[in-house]
Amino acid sequence: MDLPEITRKRISQFLAEGKRLDGRKPLDYRKIEIETGISKNAEGSARVKLGDTEVLVGVKIDVATPYTDHEGEGTLITTTELLPMSSPRFEPGPPGIESVETARIIDRGIRESGFIDFEKLCIKKGEKVYSIMLDIYSINYDGNLIDAGNIAAIAALKTAKLPKYNEETGKVEYGVLTNKPVPLTDKLPINITFHKIGEKILVDPSAEEEESSEARVSFALTRGEKKGEMLINAAQKGEGKIFTQEEMFKILDIVEEKYIEIEEKLKDVKN
Amino acid sequence: MAYTKRFDGRKFDEPREMEAKVGVIKNADGSAMFRFGDTIAVAAVYGPKLFHPQHMQNPQKGVLRCNYDMLSFSVNERKKPGTSRRSQEISKVTEWALSSVVNLDSYKNTVVDVHIMILQANASTRCAGINAAALALAHAGISMKELVSSVSIGKIDDKLVVDVIKEEEDYEDGEGATDIAMAFMSKSGDIALLQLDGKIRPAELKEAIKLGEKTSKDIYELQKKALKKIGEES
Repeated sequence: MDLPEITRKRISQFLAEGKRLDGRKPLDYRKIEIETGISKNAEGSARVKLGDTEVLVGVKIDVATPYTDHEGEGTLITTTELLPMSSPRFEPGPPGIESVETARIIDRGIRESGFIDFEKLCIKKGEKVYSIMLDIYSINYDGNLIDAGNIAAIAALKTAKLPKYNEETGKVEYGVLTNKPVPLTDKLPINITFHKIGEKILVDPSAEEEESSEARVSFALTRGEKKGEMLINAAQKGEGKIFTQEEMFKILDIVEEKYIEIEEKLKDVKN
Repeated sequence: MAYTKRFDGRKFDEPREMEAKVGVIKNADGSAMFRFGDTIAVAAVYGPKLFHPQHMQNPQKGVLRCNYDMLSFSVNERKKPGTSRRSQEISKVTEWALSSVVNLDSYKNTVVDVHIMILQANASTRCAGINAAALALAHAGISMKELVSSVSIGKIDDKLVVDVIKEEEDYEDGEGATDIAMAFMSKSGDIALLQLDGKIRPAELKEAIKLGEKTSKDIYELQKKALKKIGEES
């Protein structure tokens, strides 16, 4: 869907003065609402609203054979579906690059952070492990699906329980949940995506702002071992325009503050 | 054990032996090979050509389309031929990195196809692919603002290293391995690609970017040399 030139101009004129069409400042997130346990049949689930963007995330858990190079570890598969019902921009059909990229960015942040204790997901080394399938759906699209999907993924994982595993059949008995949570650590993998419009850097774009974005970069962070220290676990630059080094360094200076802001919102999400 | 010496004996800020050659695929409008040690990429450019189906055409500017893939036998464990989610993503970030220098406004209604194939892989394949593709675009005579030069910087344990190899990617001791692919516009040093996974502090990433830019200048010199050679031969 092409954004009218007049809207594009307006957005960048406003931003040049440090303002946005919806009244936010460039580095403000919209209101974040997190609701968990939205699906009875998922092992864990969440609905997240970021302004008018709404995503649903479900965790399904099965048993599977581990990968040969990680015989003692469970597995994680992340997918994103950009539903046509959520925006006229999205078309039915096999996942396009936008959904593949969104899923891979979220997946890398979670995987590299150590948030999921994969070794504890091992049932029998080399033979049976738990396999976590994290599915992210857009229900209403108004920009920033990467960060919204990431927040919902954390909330769904935090509230997920392992299904009952039947050792005799070697299968999971769906519908019967144990009281065992998915083994997680305190290393919350939070993804913050920055966009560049003109000379300005902003976070949490609306659909119109995202359409005007010239360049984007996502950073997934966790807290390090030392107090106050943060680590970047994943980064990805997107779109066809550049960031100057100065702009990138400025982003790296503010990314930790933004992490703390989102971390605060996730504090009350408990199993 | 701390990472005090690199597996292949290189200095921390020393890339592998690099080679660049322009004009390696006769049929293509432009082509090039770029090599970091055992990692070999070739790129071929076809276009600008009229974009079909017609409804895909953009009357305002041309479309750049990249396709990155690896030969099935370019890696130890055979890679299934055809696209994967990984190759789709790399194709896209490559396209973005190159878009920043190509003057697409000059090529209305057309498409420029860039095909990248990894012939042999020992890490840093997307970087080798971007370097080859930038050369192939220039060779094809596509209007460009400048070149793009790409390199991987690693943080292995607590050391920053230039041009990561497979053994380093798999390093698990100490602070582990962080692999950062980056690409810079050759003159301005602006960032056209940044991808990483691992564990790195924000301040360290800044250092890594500076180190990457420094190395990209050497790659740029090599790319220029390869392009001049063509001029001399014809």
